[in-house]
Amino acid sequence: MIQLTTPVSEADVRSLKVGDEVAITGTVFTGRDAVHKYLHEGGLLPPGVSFQGGVLYHCGPVIIKDEQDSWKCVAAGPTTSIREEPYQWQVIRDFGLRGVIGKGGMGERTVEACKQYGCVYLHAVGGAAQVLAECIKRVPNVYFMEQFGAPEAIWEFQVVSFPAVVTIDAHGNSLHKEVLAVSQAELAKYL
Amino acid sequence: MNVLQDSLLELIRRTSTEIPDDVHKAILGALEREKQGTIAASAMKIIEQNIALAKTKSQPICQDTGSIIFYVDCPMGFDQIGFEQAAREAVKMATRKGFLRQNSVDSITGRNDGTNVGPGSPILHFHQHAPEEVSVRLVLKGGGCENVGAQYSLPNEKLKANRDMDGCRKVILDAVLQAQGKGCGPGILGVCIGGDRATGYEFSKQQFLRKLEDSNPNPDLDKLERDIVDTANKLGIGPMGFGGRTTLLGAKIGVLNRLPASYFVSISYMCWAYRRQGVALDFAGRIQKWLY
Ligand code: SF4
Repeated sequence: MIQLTTPVSEADVRSLKVGDEVAITGTVFTGRDAVHKYLHEGGLLPPGVSFQGGVLYHCGPVIIKDEQDSWKCVAAGPTTSIREEPYQWQVIRDFGLRGVIGKGGMGERTVEACKQYGCVYLHAVGGAAQVLAECIKRVPNVYFMEQFGAPEAIWEFQVVSFPAVVTIDAHGNSLHKEVLAVSQAELAKYL
Repeated sequence: MNVLQDSLLELIRRTSTEIPDDVHKAILGALEREKQGTIAASAMKIIEQNIALAKTKSQPICQDTGSIIFYVDCPMGFDQIGFEQAAREAVKMATRKGFLRQNSVDSITGRNDGTNVGPGSPILHFHQHAPEEVSVRLVLKGGGCENVGAQYSLPNEKLKANRDMDGCRKVILDAVLQAQGKGCGPGILGVCIGGDRATGYEFSKQQFLRKLEDSNPNPDLDKLERDIVDTANKLGIGPMGFGGRTTLLGAKIGVLNRLPASYFVSISYMCWAYRRQGVALDFAGRIQKWLY
């Protein structure tokens, strides 16, 4: 397990390779469909949010207010990333992301952007809402709550040892492409 | 709250937060099968921890609590209208209590009224039967895995699939290949051979009511089911598509008659978070026993 602490440097990201298991500690921002479309259309991040050296999580969490009136995350599994494929490359380029967490993998343009700008795609275990929520120790802030609604807002998470696997590295490799090719070749043997 | 609503709320709670025993057993089997130290084994470990945690905390196994599908077997004279009302109320209550996510959206406006009740939600299938008993089965089916379902019309030239068992096998395995890990595998397939476009998909979902360890009474289909699972598990797709030994935990295949002109094979994919439970109710609506 490789420890990854935010902000992440380009050198740290470049040293990762496909198949590495990482544990992320620090600040992670959520962002899904609405946020990606907004940024793609030229929107700016709200004051207080910076993706420089940062990690973005494709996630629509379930958040409640606890007894002390603070936010508490009760379920936070990844959502399908491929929906952000039209936008992700640009968000990586313009906002300095070093990591994107999600599930299901992403396409060629994201693989290219990861290589060019120094970013990795981190696959979390889909459906593991409870285990992943346990890693979110604090939810200090939320942005765009009014505009986008709770699941689509930018939530700021303080995470400790959030587990994920590098499935697209910063060298143009994609585990998704590899597994697809291998499984295609295997299947041909059994037809 | 009346008795029936209480029972249905408890059914929803348990379905959303506890994986049924047969599925749990299959997941533990997969965890053992994966090679220690691989990312596939790590993924299965996290899945196993997640199942335990959800149960202890009585919180949803996965935050996508899915389509809410009730299957009701009831005797003659059963009050279906009353049941439907109770089911809707139980769904609203379960949503307020957090056993279900606010998960039902107006398809045109995108509005989510936060109740999970609206056109097409929850889904209810009634079936009349001879015994006095009422049994209610519930499946919660997530969106990510629903998106990787597929329907093939045979013959399919590209896949060299003809209108025979081998053709069915080819398209089912193609669906597994196309899905990769995107439906939160290891998955379970529900398949219907035949029917029309609507009944085919519907019946493919009904296969999820079967227990994983059962065998198909039709020997040809039983053979096909085993073959699909064995072959899929040789493809190396693995949990989450990370590569590995378990791509499928099961495959269940049903058959409906078709028109001479049509030959559909409909495939529904269920993620590892296979949430299915059932209860037998007495006449007052009290839970008599759990079905899975
Ligand atoms: S496919 Fe299943 S496990 Fe994955 S996110 Fe959807 S409901 Fe959860």
